Amino acid sequence: MLADKDRIFTNLYGFQSWRLDAARQRGDWDNTKDILAKGQDAIIDEIKASGLRGRGGAGFPTGMKWSFMPKESKDGRPSFLVINADESEPGSCKDREIIRHDPHKLIEGALVAGFAMRARAAYIYIRGEYIREAETLFAAVAEAYDAGLIGKNACGSGYDFDVFVHRGAGAYICGEETAMIESLEGKKGQPRLKPPFPAGAGLYGCPTTVNNVESIAVAPTIIRRGASWFSSFGRENNKGTKLFQISGHVEKPCVVEDAMSIPFRELIEKHCGGIRGGWDNLLAVIPGGSSVPLVPAAEIMDAPMDFDGLKAVGSGLGTAAVIVMDKSTDIVRAISRISYFYKHESCGQCTPCREGTGWMWRMMERLRTGDAAVEEIDMLQQVTKQVEGHTICALGDAAAWPIQGLIRHFRPELEHRIAVREAALQEAAE
Amino acid sequence: MPKVTVDGQEIEVPAGATVLQACELAGKEVPRFCYHERLSIAGNCRMCLVEVKPGPPKPQASCALPAADGQEIRTDSEMVKKAREGVMEFLLINHPLDCPICDQGGECDLQDQSVAYGRGGSRYDENKRAVTEKYMGPLIKTAMTRCIHCTRCVRFSEEVAGVDEIGALYRGENMQITTYLERAAEHELSANVIDLCPVGALTSRPYAYEARPWELKKTLSIDVSDAVGANIRVDSRGREVLRVLPRINDDVNEEWISDKARFQVDGLTRRRLDKVWIRKDGKLARASWDEAFRAIAAVNAGASVAAVAGDLVDCETMFAAKKLLGALGSTLIESRQTGMSYPVDNLAAVNFNSTLAGIEEADAILIVGSHIRWEAPLVNVRLRKAAKRGAKIFLVGAEWETTFAAEFLGEDLTVLNNLPDYVNDTMKGAERPAVILGGAALANGALAPALALAEGWNLVREGWNGFNVLHMAAARMGALMLGFAQAGGIADLIAAKPKLLLALGADEVNFATFDGALKVYIGHHGDKGAAAADIVLPGSAYTEKPGTYVNTEGRVQYADKAVFAPGDAREDWTILRALADALGVTVGFDSFPQLRAAMVAEVPALGVEGLANYGALPAAVAGAKAEGRIAAYPIKDFYLTNPIARSSATMQECSSELLHGEDVLEAAE
Repeated sequence: MLADKDRIFTNLYGFQSWRLDAARQRGDWDNTKDILAKGQDAIIDEIKASGLRGRGGAGFPTGMKWSFMPKESKDGRPSFLVINADESEPGSCKDREIIRHDPHKLIEGALVAGFAMRARAAYIYIRGEYIREAETLFAAVAEAYDAGLIGKNACGSGYDFDVFVHRGAGAYICGEETAMIESLEGKKGQPRLKPPFPAGAGLYGCPTTVNNVESIAVAPTIIRRGASWFSSFGRENNKGTKLFQISGHVEKPCVVEDAMSIPFRELIEKHCGGIRGGWDNLLAVIPGGSSVPLVPAAEIMDAPMDFDGLKAVGSGLGTAAVIVMDKSTDIVRAISRISYFYKHESCGQCTPCREGTGWMWRMMERLRTGDAAVEEIDMLQQVTKQVEGHTICALGDAAAWPIQGLIRHFRPELEHRIAVREAALQEAAE
Repeated sequence: MPKVTVDGQEIEVPAGATVLQACELAGKEVPRFCYHERLSIAGNCRMCLVEVKPGPPKPQASCALPAADGQEIRTDSEMVKKAREGVMEFLLINHPLDCPICDQGGECDLQDQSVAYGRGGSRYDENKRAVTEKYMGPLIKTAMTRCIHCTRCVRFSEEVAGVDEIGALYRGENMQITTYLERAAEHELSANVIDLCPVGALTSRPYAYEARPWELKKTLSIDVSDAVGANIRVDSRGREVLRVLPRINDDVNEEWISDKARFQVDGLTRRRLDKVWIRKDGKLARASWDEAFRAIAAVNAGASVAAVAGDLVDCETMFAAKKLLGALGSTLIESRQTGMSYPVDNLAAVNFNSTLAGIEEADAILIVGSHIRWEAPLVNVRLRKAAKRGAKIFLVGAEWETTFAAEFLGEDLTVLNNLPDYVNDTMKGAERPAVILGGAALANGALAPALALAEGWNLVREGWNGFNVLHMAAARMGALMLGFAQAGGIADLIAAKPKLLLALGADEVNFATFDGALKVYIGHHGDKGAAAADIVLPGSAYTEKPGTYVNTEGRVQYADKAVFAPGDAREDWTILRALADALGVTVGFDSFPQLRAAMVAEVPALGVEGLANYGALPAAVAGAKAEGRIAAYPIKDFYLTNPIARSSATMQECSSELLHGEDVLEAAE
């Protein structure tokens, strides 16, 4: 278990104030000027060495992402940092805790990361439904401006850096990086085609990096305590500490920071008081937020909770939003509800996702009641394959994977329901 | 020049080409819905997926992927076939199966591509989506349930037309394409979205349920509704023209035509002159050709005869009239009906010298007295492109709603004598500066001062001629080439007090000024000219005769005959030829080929398709000063500028709804 001294988010539960004074006592904004004085390349190298991978779901190495930004502007275009606080993935609730209890970690991270990638400003795009959190963030940014920590000559470093907070309007797709950029520009939130990638032409056509809140918020601490400290946690290629958000059928659902690669059983036992009804009662787990395939109990129990460990069991770490389901769960209904979510949140831009998500959800609804033919399970599998990998952004994949996971692991359950319904109909007919 | 391999065939593609273009260069067909050469790339239909190595192990949208050196592209692999089938299936699950009652049937991309790339049957067993109808005005009929959300219409109105009228509402499978607040699409090019729509969601309202494409005879023709000379295809069945579609000509109209060019054709069957009429006791009465010719001969005009050509007339008709008058000993011919009298001894001074395509390259443009959107909507498209490329545009004249960034310098023409410094500097410093004079400027005598400005700014330079006049009449440049102009304009004709006046489709003439003359109207519509005439000889409209037209940039183009004229109406040149016999003179041609040969012998440029060469601009007159105001433009109503359009129910509806909609509403209250 992670020792208290090694926690990055020391006010995760809001036992202390989020305000600047309290944050300073916790070590935030402590000589940020010295961090900036190390220079851009040193910061990026440190982050690279720490092995930090993006915390938004895709797990792209953060330091490498920053290094894609232009070292100097050849045509006068500024660079921008966009921070993705549009946390809408069902199951995810880590950015919320960071923003409402530890916003200065994020703002300091924005300055450090923005400085490292030579950005002119950071835009924090916060989910529209996070009303109190947005209020806190606005107030925290104002505090930081008043204290001279950001703005002109940020922290006395001589670097000018602005932080803008922008509230979303309630669309899941705006959490996709290019849709977020469109939305920030005032357009309809629809993902852009890549290439060009945001690092070449992003917000307002300028080089842009989009990072998750957690990736940015951990950066200052990593630099302060050193890459070797951060990389001492977790397995090779899956370094560091991570906020896990455990929800569902555990005794005590919680958001907790722990080392990467912690085995699932240990995570649940130590922090959540175990599975409701004991380990034998565990049915399945969605380990990374609604868009990754579920993993049945037997496979997840001893799996290490990291990118590669969960990939090995056919799923993914995603945002580490662990949704635990015990045997009382109607697993088909659960996945069908997730399908409805993706149908509802598809932006409608490209064909496979616009048409496919609705089709998949309707078929899932029929499978829920068994009102289908066995062959339709194979057809559904084919439809998910027709969506996956054929879309502009990853929402199509996200809509397909949960269903693929269900069919892979719970096909007998689906067939059972069809058989039960047919039998009932036959009885009624006799 | 990257080298790529398409299905094993190695080809070199131009730098900046996309994978889709590379496939096309290799002769491979790539199905697509959202991709369009003249619009930005959306990449949303996903129909053009191909397999590309190196790259992720999934199919790539070829329309949006740049071709790079060493790429291995496959359009024939199992992965690509599956991807196309999948996308096709998705497009069809919510598309209604109403092809039998859909006007797009037979020319539908979705139909064609589902036959070619779709799977045999449907696996979709759920309810289909239905979308409420959207009102898009009197020209565009909508059936939005058929929409496949390719967003071509959205991109067209944003990018080409320059008006944010069409957009998408809602998201996911509830996404709907609609006009802003469901108001009619109001710009002059709105109906081009009908051609762009790959399915039957946006179809032509006036043409609804008229015909199937395979029933139609397709004739290549030239539009006469303005002086741009848009290349069109006339679709006809039997004796009726059913619709007009644009042809692709990058030099003239690209792929677009104005709403007037497209929809005025229903006027071709209304208010037609299909009988000979002679005025008796103040009223027009039916007569025979013989009676009419005898009545004309009876005037015994001799050489006291004049001819005025209208705005829609082809060169052959004008040449036949010129020959007839020549045989009678008269040179009183004029085409500028409304009294303009700018000098025409050098046609380069009244030509659109930059060429229509060339004006896109201009980087500083001064427009004097032209409501471009109404006088030449297709030129407006070019100007918008120029503005998007960074051209600075200034206008002199009454303000109108531009679709590009531009600055109005006021109505007062005297501003030309003393332009603000920044305008002067911009024009002087520009690499390719241009001046565009409209009809209102010519009427106010701004030609000479504009030529002076042209000289000062050095508008003519190596590889560039920036001096432009934008006419409004399809017949104008042809008429000027044939010498259909007097030094003093139509006033010279009036002063000569001719005994016989031939009005060749001339409807804008003030006929009261020709009081003593026998007025013979040769034309196709019962409009102002026929109402004022003493004798009406029924002629042919532009779809009913072969003809030569010269557009405002001096481009000679030929149109074919699509249908026969109704009733007793004849091709205009045959009427003039018969009149020659009646008047006892010979004109030297007995057939259309002979007529055309004679015309080409006299004006060789009319025999060569393409830009005529008018030589160098005349030297500017020293001390030419501009005066007057341009408080209004000649066109008062875009939809009703010529007799065909005025007879068209569709154009009248557009005029009353789109231009005077608010007046109508007010009157109703």
